[in-house]
Amino acid sequence: MKTGRRLACLVLVLVVGASLAAGWLAPPGYAKQYREAAGAAPSAQHWLGTDEIGRDRFARVLYGTRISLLLAPAAALLSTLLAAVVGGLAGYVGGVWARVAMAVTDLFLSLPWLFLLITVRALLPLNVSPLVSVMVTFLILGALGWTSAARVLCTTAATLRGSDFVCQARASGIRGARLFWIHVLPNLKPVLYAQFWISIPVFILSEANLGILGLGVAEPMPSWGSLLRELEGMVSVSEEPSKFVPLILLVVVVTAFQFLLSRQEEVAA
Amino acid sequence: MLGWKIARHGLAMLVTVLLGGLLSATLVRFAPGFDVDENQLDPRLSSASVQALREARLREHNVVRFYYRSLMRAAHGDLGTSISLGQPVTTLLRDRAPLTLRLVSIGLLLSWSVALALAFSAAWWRNASYDALTTVVSGTFLCIPAAVLALLSVLWNVPGALAIGLIVFPRSYRYARNLLARAYSLPHIITARAKGLSELRILFWHAVPVVGPQLLAVAGVSVSVAIGAAIPVEALCGLAGVGQLAWQAALARDLPLLMNITVLVTLVTLVANSGADVLGQVLCGERA
Repeated sequence: MKTGRRLACLVLVLVVGASLAAGWLAPPGYAKQYREAAGAAPSAQHWLGTDEIGRDRFARVLYGTRISLLLAPAAALLSTLLAAVVGGLAGYVGGVWARVAMAVTDLFLSLPWLFLLITVRALLPLNVSPLVSVMVTFLILGALGWTSAARVLCTTAATLRGSDFVCQARASGIRGARLFWIHVLPNLKPVLYAQFWISIPVFILSEANLGILGLGVAEPMPSWGSLLRELEGMVSVSEEPSKFVPLILLVVVVTAFQFLLSRQEEVAA
Repeated sequence: MLGWKIARHGLAMLVTVLLGGLLSATLVRFAPGFDVDENQLDPRLSSASVQALREARLREHNVVRFYYRSLMRAAHGDLGTSISLGQPVTTLLRDRAPLTLRLVSIGLLLSWSVALALAFSAAWWRNASYDALTTVVSGTFLCIPAAVLALLSVLWNVPGALAIGLIVFPRSYRYARNLLARAYSLPHIITARAKGLSELRILFWHAVPVVGPQLLAVAGVSVSVAIGAAIPVEALCGLAGVGQLAWQAALARDLPLLMNITVLVTLVTLVANSGADVLGQVLCGERA
C-alpha cells in the first residue's frame, strides 16, 4: 500500500509539473490554430494530433490539465471553508441553529449532485467569456459541494462541544468565538483536511461531467471536461485513439487521488 | 408505531419539498435575466402589448407571491408552460417520466444485482486476489465521469439502462462490500465460524440480517445517484426522458421548467430515501 501511495504521489507530481510547464512544453498555446493541419493524426510536430479546427491537442491537454488540477483544489478549499462555517458552527452552537443548518444541508443532499449542478449553472448566464465560465464553474462546485462535509463537521463539533477540555475551558471563562477559534477549530483540522482532499477528485469528475454536457468551461479555454467532448460523435475507438488521452489522464489522476485518500476517508468518516 | 413513523417521514418530506420549491423559486426569481421576456423584442407587438408583458413580469417580482402563485397553479395540476419547448410542463413530464423511471429502475436492478453478487462472493470466498480484482474494477468505474460512460455506451451501442447501472455499480459495490466486511468481523459471526457453520449459513443467517437495514438505506441513496446519472445518459444517448428534459431546460435557461423538475426530483429522492429508511426500521424492529 505504501508503494501504491508513493506511485500515486509520483504520478500527481508528474502530471501537475507537466501542466505547470505547459507554456514551456507547448509554447504556441492552446488556442493557436494550424488551419493547414486540421484533424491531423499524431506526428512529430503535433504529438497527439490536432482537433477539427487545427488546434494542437497536446497543448490543449496540458493547459486543460492545469485548469482542472489547479481550480479543483481551489473549489475544494471554498467548499471546506463553507462546511467549516456552517457545519462546525452548527455543531458547536447546537440547538435551533444546528437544526436549521442541518435541514438546509439535507435539502441540498436530497437532490442528485449532477442535477443540482446543472440547475444552478443554468440560473447563471451561459453566454459568458471563457475566463468567467472557468470561475463560475469552479465557484459553483465550491459553493454547492460543502453539504456532506458540513454534516460530518457538525457531528464532530457537537462531540467536541461536550468534551472535557471544552467544558474545562468554559469553566475557566473562555466563551464564544474565542472558545471556538482556540479550542474547537484546531480539533476539527484533521476532518477539514480529509474533507478538502476528498473533495478534489469529486470536483474534477464533476467539472468533466459539466464540460461534456456543455455547461462547464467555455471554448476556447480547455479543461478536461471540454476536451472530453471530443469523444462525442466518435464511431469507433480506433478512429482517433489520441482523443482518449484526456480520459486516460483523468482516470489516472483520480485513481492516484483515490490511492492517496484511502486513509483520509477513514478520518472523514 | 409504524403509522407514526410513516406520518413523520411524510411530514418531513412535505416540508422539505415545500422548502425546496421555495429555494428554487427564489433562485429562479433572482437569476439574471428573469425580468427579461424575449417576446418584448418582437417588432410586431405594440407598445401597449410590450407594456402588458412588462407588467406581467413585475407582478412576479415578489418571491413569496411568485411561489404562492406557482403552488396554487400546481395544486390545480397546472405546472406552467415551458418557455423553450412551448408545451405544458405537465405534458412534458407525463410523456418523459415513464422512460426515465424504466431506465433508472433497470439500471438500479442491474447495478445492485452485480454489486451484491460480487460483495457476497467476496465475503464468502475471502480470497485476497478476488477482493483486489473486484475493488480495482469498481474503482476504475468510480474514476470515470458519468458523462464519459454515457458517451462510451453510445460508442459501443450499450443500452442506456446498462450505462446507468455501470455508474451506480461501483458505489453500491463499495458500500455492500465494506458493510459485509465489517459484519464478518463481528464477534457472533467469528464464533459461528469457529463452531464450523457453513459459509452459506453464516452469510444468510448471520451477516445479511446485520447489514440488511444499512444496505436498504444505501439502496435509497443510490436512487438519487441513478437519477443524477440519467441526465448525462439520456442527454448524450438521445433518450427523451426527464434527464434529457432537465439538460435541455438548463441549456435553454428554461427556469420555470427547471424549477418543476427540481421539485419532482426532490420528491422522488425523498420518497426513495424515506421508504428505505422506514423499511430498514421495520426490519430492525422485527429482528428486535
